[in-house]
Amino acid sequence: MTTVDEATGRTRRLTRRQRQRLIRVVQYTVFVAVVLLIAFTADWHTVQQGFFRPDVARSMFPGVIVPALLNTLAFTLGAFCFGLVLGTVLALMRLSEVRVYRWVATAYIELFRGLPVLVVLFLVGYGIPNAFPDREIPGGVYGQMALGLGMTAAAYMAETIRAGILAVPKGQLEAARTLGMPYGRAMVSIVIPQAFRIVIPPMTNQIITLTKDTSLAYVLGVTASNVEITKFSSDVLNARVNATPLIVAALVYLVITLPLSQVVRRMELRAARAR
Amino acid sequence: MSDAVVISDLHKSFGPLDVLTGIDLTVEAGEVVCVIGPSGSGKSTLLRCVNLLETPTRGRIHTLGVEITDPDCELDPLRRRIGMVFQQFNLFGHLTVLDNLTIAQRRVLRRPRGEAERVARENLDRVGLADKAGAYPAHLSGGQQQRVAIARSLSMGPELMLFDEPTSALDPELVGDVLTVMRDLATEGMTMLVVTHEMAFAREVADRVVFMDGGGIVEQGAPADVLGHPSQERTRTFLHRVLEPTRLTDAELDAT
Repeated sequence: MTTVDEATGRTRRLTRRQRQRLIRVVQYTVFVAVVLLIAFTADWHTVQQGFFRPDVARSMFPGVIVPALLNTLAFTLGAFCFGLVLGTVLALMRLSEVRVYRWVATAYIELFRGLPVLVVLFLVGYGIPNAFPDREIPGGVYGQMALGLGMTAAAYMAETIRAGILAVPKGQLEAARTLGMPYGRAMVSIVIPQAFRIVIPPMTNQIITLTKDTSLAYVLGVTASNVEITKFSSDVLNARVNATPLIVAALVYLVITLPLSQVVRRMELRAARAR
Repeated sequence: MSDAVVISDLHKSFGPLDVLTGIDLTVEAGEVVCVIGPSGSGKSTLLRCVNLLETPTRGRIHTLGVEITDPDCELDPLRRRIGMVFQQFNLFGHLTVLDNLTIAQRRVLRRPRGEAERVARENLDRVGLADKAGAYPAHLSGGQQQRVAIARSLSMGPELMLFDEPTSALDPELVGDVLTVMRDLATEGMTMLVVTHEMAFAREVADRVVFMDGGGIVEQGAPADVLGHPSQERTRTFLHRVLEPTRLTDAELDAT
């Protein structure tokens, strides 16, 4: 069938529907061709020997779960809680009417956003013990990780939380104040809960980033009992001279992040009910 | 009778903008005073000064016998005795209707949960929304939200209620519900200071009407006098524009 283009008067051989179908067929063909090309040209045997050796993978269990996965979770949770508290305080300081608070918070945020996490962990691990030789950070490596990762995370979280607080309408604070709530109580009961709902998605990114940053724990000199996923896997990698542990480690990280996404989705649905 | 609000020589500026230029106003206990006037005349700012949501530039305000403009005045205990209803309702979106009514009672007045919920349900019943206790504000109509907001203020047992254009954000058919609740409140003897554009409400319910323009009080008196026989030209022009908006002459249109 042919159609005449009204505007140009030119004859076109395909209708709109036929054109769309043709374009889609071409796209699928190209995609399938690329996949087949990779599948048939790759040296699967070598890849399997290097990255997917079942015996190596099997030898990593249960060590990669207990203690490695549990330690990764503990480091993440500690750093997130510390970062959340410090980040909230910093956000409130940046919004304060007291100029000195704003300066201190801004300086902290600019500094810790700029410093590599590795450097901060190093300072926590070796700088603080040198400065206070008689005291120890409580919790050992767990405390040091919470402090080191948390201090950096707090700088990012502070900006996110500040944006969340600013997104809560001013009338909410005014209504709370006219009911006789002091400023602090109004922030804790009314403004911050609503701000946290707004910042759930960026906070999820923050937790996932933290989860992966826990792999830097090796700078603190971990022992067998507080080893985390990446260190555990790279030790196996060195011992077996095989890359399978990397693949296993990657899958174990997904075991953390995929359920986390589900939990967050639930939380967002619950928060949406109240909107 | 004692005075609920005494305002003397009140000035308020936002930067170079003088919003209030010398207000003197007294509201007696049990009195209902409606403040009317064109937008930008300083009505809302005046109301927000009474509970110090805005800090006056000059002048004094005594609210419920306490000088609220005194820098050493304890604001929170005083604000518990002053209810305020906003144009935008300002219900707490993350809390159910019942929690909206109980949170300040429990956190500020330290009432136990049972008592707070009893008071809350009484006040919800009073505004005709007893069945909405479990709903979230977002699921209510504007008129219902505003009535919840009134019930929230009443749950604190206020001695004075401030209304800042409570029906201006509502669909026309919902205005009546809110005004009815306000009229019942007035009948029960509540002291009320109401900024409003509802002339019918002012005429029926107010003991006194105050007309403001340009940051000052132009005239005040009984509703029948101010709304029926205004003595000032500015009041007459305003009322003509509000009450007969379709009958403006070309000259009046230009004189905006």
